[in-house]
Amino acid sequence: MDVVWLARVQFALAVMFHYIFPPLTIGVGLLMVIMEGTYMRTRNPIYEAMAKFWTKVFAVNFAMGVSTGIVMTFQFGMNWGAFSNYVGNIFGAALAAEGIFAFFLESGFLAVLLFGWDRVSPPVHFFATIMTTCGAIFSAVWIIIANSWMQTPAGYQVVEFQGVPRAELTFFWDMIFNPSTVPRLIHTLIGCFIVGAFFVMSISAYYIVRNRFVDFAKRSFTIALLAALVYSFVMMSSGDLMARTVAFYQPEKLATFEGHFKTGEGPTPFLLFGVPDEKEQTVKYALYVPKLLTFLVYRNFTTPVKGRDYVKDPADRPPLWIPFLCYHIMIYSAGLFAGLTLLGAIFLWRGTLFEKKWLMWIFVFAIIFPYMANHSGWICAEVGRQPWVVYHQMKTSHGVSAAVSGGEVLAGIIMFAVIYGLLFFVWIYVLSSKILHGPELPETPPETTTVKGLLGAAAERMRPELSEMADQEDESKESPS
Amino acid sequence: MTELEVLQYVWYILLGFLLAGYACLDGFDLGVGIIHPFQRGDDERRTAMNAIGPLWDGNEVWLVTFGGALFATFPIAYSTAFQGFYIPFLILLTCLIFRSVSLEFRSKRPSLVWRYTWDMIFFLSSLGATFLYGVAVGNMVHGLRLDAEGHITDRLWNLLHPYCLVVGGLAVATFAMHGSIFLYMRTDASQRERTYGHIWSCIGFFLIFFYMATVFTLYFIPSSTRNFVHFPWAWIIVIGTIFAIANIPRSIFHHRPFQAFLSSCATICGLVALFGIALFPNLVTSSISPEYSLTIHNASSAVKTLRVCLIIAIIGMPFVITYTACIYWVFRGKVQMGHFSY
Repeated sequence: MDVVWLARVQFALAVMFHYIFPPLTIGVGLLMVIMEGTYMRTRNPIYEAMAKFWTKVFAVNFAMGVSTGIVMTFQFGMNWGAFSNYVGNIFGAALAAEGIFAFFLESGFLAVLLFGWDRVSPPVHFFATIMTTCGAIFSAVWIIIANSWMQTPAGYQVVEFQGVPRAELTFFWDMIFNPSTVPRLIHTLIGCFIVGAFFVMSISAYYIVRNRFVDFAKRSFTIALLAALVYSFVMMSSGDLMARTVAFYQPEKLATFEGHFKTGEGPTPFLLFGVPDEKEQTVKYALYVPKLLTFLVYRNFTTPVKGRDYVKDPADRPPLWIPFLCYHIMIYSAGLFAGLTLLGAIFLWRGTLFEKKWLMWIFVFAIIFPYMANHSGWICAEVGRQPWVVYHQMKTSHGVSAAVSGGEVLAGIIMFAVIYGLLFFVWIYVLSSKILHGPELPETPPETTTVKGLLGAAAERMRPELSEMADQEDESKESPS
Repeated sequence: MTELEVLQYVWYILLGFLLAGYACLDGFDLGVGIIHPFQRGDDERRTAMNAIGPLWDGNEVWLVTFGGALFATFPIAYSTAFQGFYIPFLILLTCLIFRSVSLEFRSKRPSLVWRYTWDMIFFLSSLGATFLYGVAVGNMVHGLRLDAEGHITDRLWNLLHPYCLVVGGLAVATFAMHGSIFLYMRTDASQRERTYGHIWSCIGFFLIFFYMATVFTLYFIPSSTRNFVHFPWAWIIVIGTIFAIANIPRSIFHHRPFQAFLSSCATICGLVALFGIALFPNLVTSSISPEYSLTIHNASSAVKTLRVCLIIAIIGMPFVITYTACIYWVFRGKVQMGHFSY
């Protein structure tokens, strides 16, 4: 068996499974800061219950994130020895910084966040919540720096060391702020925030349709919906920035995403739908918007966008189908969740959102779209860079460990597949039992709320229903279902 | 000495510091896992897990940071060793994954079968991970079949040399002792009394393995003492370690668990330091020819990276140590089971 291929499969498996959890940690973490912050301001016990419940859910995801994350640190050395030698000076520095600046912060304050409710004062606890979320975000910062350097390397020189070329650091800040770091970081973080918001909405919507913890769920849902609305629209400009960065620094990658084969002359149209054909170098059944791609990339209507033929040797072009498909999955999912949140927000404003059971059911399952967008986004970024592991510097096929046999890598794949399959079911099981158990609500529902701003406005709109809900809540307490 | 050489020495010491930090901190929670089956009943087992509950996660970060720092500063050693220990590391990863998951999930369901299963997984994975660390250290001291191409050609069964198994046993005994002392500080009533008995058994096992490992090292690996000729001060570490070991039974006898815990931390630091001295200046020793060995000089990153990483460490480590200390302070004292416990 081909070691390169196996090692790629193993890496894809490990990283894609791992990436189920960090976006949840980052996204839910940020919402927990908002919830606990609201509690700190209003002293309304329902927000405390909210912060505590989402913290418990957060904890389950965090444990999974940590244990699958350690695997990633090991993977580089185990499967990608030559790559590790080549990039160690740079990639390793980013990983070490991630450990020192992010992981310690995250895991240290996580202890206070999870176990410290009775041991520290509320402000200290709130501080711990903020710090844990900061830790999660810092960790994203450093790993994105490392990944972006592989996409658009900068601040280095290639030096022969003991007969083998390797990249050595020359300008630290150039390496940190290589051309794609900032766009990628914004894009990734917002992607994570959206996952977190949809996760909270999904569980809250489930409570609403099941008529349990309704007041709690409506408030959680409102916070998450408003956050998701903002994120979804910021995401559009961030996506635009990201795509333009790719167009400038990795033209054949964007061309692959868009199914754009020949550079041609004059403005390039934007492909709405079509089936690209590698052999014929054309797109079948294509539906185009004229000049739009040129406008999106160059902000004019004349410059042609570079096609896949920008790379002369066909062997050096990225594979076509996977990036093309994933890119469109990402775009359409993004459109879908932007539309959904907008719809939700309109109904929220009208005060009829929570009566729309069908919409609540959609939100229960809508978590799948941000996940599809996040995962396919990363597939685009990584497969779109092929055949390079470090763009235009090192081929993926040259990065693999020389001392490792195909059988060993295959054993690893089987092992990870079995363990991760098992873990996934345990995770779902524990998560659903947490969700079914629900939050620990305060004894008496609060009479008034003093929330200000958008949240306040939203709370005002549901006030008429609140007393009604409190009655239902009492009934359900008397006769537990 | 050039700046590069100074940085290489500094990083060798700093990596030793990270490794010692990891062994002292994660050592006790792995140890609690190893003595987990000796806790009686569901409550005691739950208490044991909650004793390390808020702490194990941060402790494991020391390993991740050690890995990251090794990758950054000695990338060639990192990639060579990680390729060479492929199958053992796969097993190690399995252990670490199952360990963290068992801690997180064990008490989430009331079912006794569920809890018993996770208890067993917690025990086996703690034991397995600790043993593998020991075997890895044993192999590093013993030397690996590192060829001219820079590839480790040992197969799995070569790595299970009797010497390495003894070092694996030493690791298990050390962490079990360390963990039982920790648990003694954190528990009360009958669990505390029984843990007191466990500490004595663990000390017994530790002394046996320590003696065997010392004799085996001197007998099988004469090269491990060569650095004592160059660095006579290293004898201070030997003597210090022996005093630290001797102080463990003494302070346990006087019921001063915190002092015993510090002594066992000192013992672990001493063992890590001796490991570092035995290895120096090698990172991966070749048993085929000394020329093929990876040293801190021929396996390191360039001067710029070492400098940047040192700056990162100087900025970051004081913070790390401060909030690690704060968190241990917040969670000091006996385990209190609350609403948010495991």
